[in-house]
Amino acid sequence: MATKAFQKIYTKVTQITKATCSLKASGVGNEELATVNGKLAQVVKIMGEDVTLQVFEGTEGIPTNAEVIFLGKAPTLKVSEQLAGRFFNAFGDPIDGGPEIEGEEREIGGPSVNPVRRRQPSELIATGIAGIDLNNTLVSGQKIPFFADPDQPYNQVMANVALRAKADKIILGGMGLTNDDYLYFKNVFNNAGVLDRIVSFVNTTENPPVERLLIPDLALTAAEYFAVDHNEKVLVLLTDMTLYADALSIVSNRMDQIPSKDSMPGSLYSDLAKIYEKAVQFPAGGSITIIAVTTLSGGDITHAIPDNTGYITEGQLFLRRDSDVGKVIVDPFRSLSRLKQLVIGKKTREDHPQVMNAAVRLYADAANAKTKLENGFDLTNYDERTLSFAKDYSEKILAIDVNIGTEEMLNVTWGLLSNYFKPEEVNIKQELVDRYWAK
Amino acid sequence: MSTKGKVKGIISNLVIVTVDGPVAQNEICYIATGNTKLMAEVIKIIGDNAYVQVFDSTRGLQVGAEVEFMGHMLEVTLGPGLLSRNYDGLQNDLDKMTGVFLQRGEYTYPLDEEKLWDLKPLAKPGDVVEAGSWLAEVDENFQPHKIMVPFTFSGQYTVKSVVAEGQYRIFDKIAVITDSEGKDIELNMTQKWPVKKAITCYTEKPRPFRLLETGVRTIDTANPIVEGGTGFIPGPFGTGKTVLQHAISKQADANIVIMAACGERANEVVEIFVEFPELTDPHTGRKLMERTIIIANTSNMPVAAREASVYTAMTIAEYYRSMGLKVLLMADSTSRWAQALREMSNRLEELPGQDAFPMDLSAIIANFYGRAGYVHLNNGATGSITFIGTVSPAGGNLKEPVTESTKKAARCFFALEQARADRKRYPAVNPIDSYSKYIEYPEFEEYIAKRISPDWTKEVNDMKTLLQRGKEIQEQINILGDDGVPVDYHVTFWKSEVIDFVILQQDAFDKIDSVCPIERQQFMLNLVMDICRTKFDFSNFNDVMDYFKRMINICKQMNYSEYQSEAFNGYLKELKEMLILEPVAE
Ligand SMILES: Nc1ncnc2c1ncn2[C@@H]1O[C@H](COP(=O)(O)OP(=O)(O)OP(=O)(O)O)[C@@H](O)[C@H]1O
Ligand SMILES: [Mg+2]
Repeated sequence: MATKAFQKIYTKVTQITKATCSLKASGVGNEELATVNGKLAQVVKIMGEDVTLQVFEGTEGIPTNAEVIFLGKAPTLKVSEQLAGRFFNAFGDPIDGGPEIEGEEREIGGPSVNPVRRRQPSELIATGIAGIDLNNTLVSGQKIPFFADPDQPYNQVMANVALRAKADKIILGGMGLTNDDYLYFKNVFNNAGVLDRIVSFVNTTENPPVERLLIPDLALTAAEYFAVDHNEKVLVLLTDMTLYADALSIVSNRMDQIPSKDSMPGSLYSDLAKIYEKAVQFPAGGSITIIAVTTLSGGDITHAIPDNTGYITEGQLFLRRDSDVGKVIVDPFRSLSRLKQLVIGKKTREDHPQVMNAAVRLYADAANAKTKLENGFDLTNYDERTLSFAKDYSEKILAIDVNIGTEEMLNVTWGLLSNYFKPEEVNIKQELVDRYWAK
Repeated sequence: MSTKGKVKGIISNLVIVTVDGPVAQNEICYIATGNTKLMAEVIKIIGDNAYVQVFDSTRGLQVGAEVEFMGHMLEVTLGPGLLSRNYDGLQNDLDKMTGVFLQRGEYTYPLDEEKLWDLKPLAKPGDVVEAGSWLAEVDENFQPHKIMVPFTFSGQYTVKSVVAEGQYRIFDKIAVITDSEGKDIELNMTQKWPVKKAITCYTEKPRPFRLLETGVRTIDTANPIVEGGTGFIPGPFGTGKTVLQHAISKQADANIVIMAACGERANEVVEIFVEFPELTDPHTGRKLMERTIIIANTSNMPVAAREASVYTAMTIAEYYRSMGLKVLLMADSTSRWAQALREMSNRLEELPGQDAFPMDLSAIIANFYGRAGYVHLNNGATGSITFIGTVSPAGGNLKEPVTESTKKAARCFFALEQARADRKRYPAVNPIDSYSKYIEYPEFEEYIAKRISPDWTKEVNDMKTLLQRGKEIQEQINILGDDGVPVDYHVTFWKSEVIDFVILQQDAFDKIDSVCPIERQQFMLNLVMDICRTKFDFSNFNDVMDYFKRMINICKQMNYSEYQSEAFNGYLKELKEMLILEPVAE
């Protein structure tokens, strides 16, 4: 980011911590950007003449006589159609060897949409993955994360979803991506021939963690540009938000804030909500859908990061390995799409809501039967049937390698129901049973 | 001369202002930045430094910025025209704001200054009145909206004049009253009130006892809430707090419904915007939106305004209660409000309590819940505020400060349970842990005996006993296996399942099942308890399950059918036949 000639230069840093440095300065605005010996920093606290800066790259090597220049503005991104197809770092500078972007300079982390101007999301996003489309249907304008342990193939599933989603633009915000995953995304998008629809902001594991804090706002500013100025349907992929939150805690702990649960800042909920709430269906037709990844530690969703996320997002997609069928599935118990009500049975066939629930209920019965079995009890005939059903259901519906249309998902499910059960065992409205029960 | 000040320090939305005169705790001020002014509230004073929380982003704010103090606390404007509106937490009318995005520093007037209201005088010259006395009445969406002597007035006044029946705007003079010193005061239809103070223009707050019908079986039948009662709904994320609150707000037998979306999702508010103008109030047949006020301070809106939003909502509720109306107030989620308190308390470097929440959290919550209630107004009429808040416990663990503090303050506890939600047993209210303290009130028992039937309380108790028994048996079966317990146990267990599936579970998204009027609840409970009292004789447990599954299925079909329709009666007949033909019915 270029500096201008007339700016005042300070050269006396009074205090340095791992992530921040302080100095005496005047005429400085809150959240204003500065450079400290060329490293980008942002004002996080002003007390009289004392100004505290958060240095994104960390303060390693910064001397007390470092050159501090205030840039007179909050972080910005230049937006124009030129963003499409490009790769940037956490400061919005190109990392693909291409030219700088020309365009309008916009502040990132801008205001939120007036709730009365929002439109209700109503467009189904089909992914072909039945664990999603059938049980946890996605809708454009939704915000939803994958909850997965680090060893689950969440980035692959997310890339698949992105490619099948028919979005006008896909914006990738990579936080603490391994270089391999970064190249994986690049490759997948390249092979699919969609690079011109992709914009990427990437912070890899090789970059300093605090830099990540800028990624979501950059990605969402670009998203708002395409969704508002061009009325496009934009899909934003944020991976991995757990690493984002970790960076938040690094900064806040170094600023002597009182940590709350799991050493996270007390403002974690608001910080995450500000990002996720950017998902919106605009009145003029554009939309921003956010699909994120929140990695878990040993499947623990009560940790502050997934917990706060779950309270903010409109559901979550929980990936786990089903050892009975040897595949990764979208777990129907812990997964949920809260916006599915807006489309299932309306944009999809009328039987969708009831079939979906019936199958999940029977899958739950199978889980009970399994517990019985593990405890060494005899199984009833019904238990046996639920177990066989569950295996089939897991393989044909829940597995992430399934790729079929929604009608077919419904038909397959009816087929499974009638294979193993009697109509009165499934608790579905009679008129639907009459119409769809596979004879 | 109002007090002025200059910004001295900025830490996120906490700003320290050096002042040149007196300031009051909770006083409102405006901070100039760029070409806008940011509203803020004083939350701490040390010497000539006022610590203010800004209700907006402080980006770009500089030391030295001018601050002007307003001489009053955070207030809401009260008057006809509040109904059907969508406000933010500070009572700005969201529909009046320009543009798709919220602009920092944009404040809009909450009422319509031009609208003409049909007014009828209620007081006459010579009447002695006091704060809260009814002077006139306007028709607001078919509700008798009372124009009252402002709540801030103290002592007695004499009515000098009230305008004649006719059409008036909110700022037109509608009455003149004379104070004890003979001074005349002109009144229009509006007044202001500081939100953090309770409006207490009533003579008495007796224990509430009248059922507030919600149409939700697991509440009305199992753990009823009353007009003027308080309740809360804790639950891990995704277990159905919002769906349950929306269901209650759609169906409850209330005159006015106020919904405070406090730090939750904007799309959920949009759902209300879309649905409520279309749906009808099952009790009056009018559009739901006509009786509803929405306070939307969603999670991406400023945190300090989120804290204010619940108070804004409560004050408006108190205003309508003073008119003798039945008000239902819902806040989703009170945990977000507590978190807003925590963020600020941490910034102020106050000594933290448990989980870094402020030490006085319990008192703040109790004080807020205490503002709800059933009251006798000065003129003998009654009014009520029923308050139901949701709580979002961190990690789903109910042993955390917000849940525990709320439990002390609220009289009904509707515990949503992850396991039930996972099994899609909606609403996921745990029937055994949940409670309503109102059931224990003799006044309530007496009332419900008249309203429903004399044996209602017993019937409900029997139902709960059976549920408890069912749970115990299930645990035994889990330990001993299906054939490790007598077949009888299976029968009892399945009876409890009938109760669960037919009474407790209710599909909030089915047009018919979602609303269950009290008569229908009575019919279904009687039916189910008849089944439960029937003696069955099975030779093995497999038959028990098959039999009851079939029975549950029929009952569910009944729940999905129009009450007493042909289909409904058809299923009823089928059920009765099943009861007679199958095993042994005594
Ligand atoms: N009564 C019900 N009938 C059918 N489905 C329900 C019911 N209650 C909840 N659900 C399902 O559960 C989902 C989550 O419900 P809801 O949004 O009310 O959860 P919540 O407790 O408010 O979560 P959060 O704390 O994250 O806001 C709904 O989107 C819906 O799919
Ligand atoms: Mg909710």
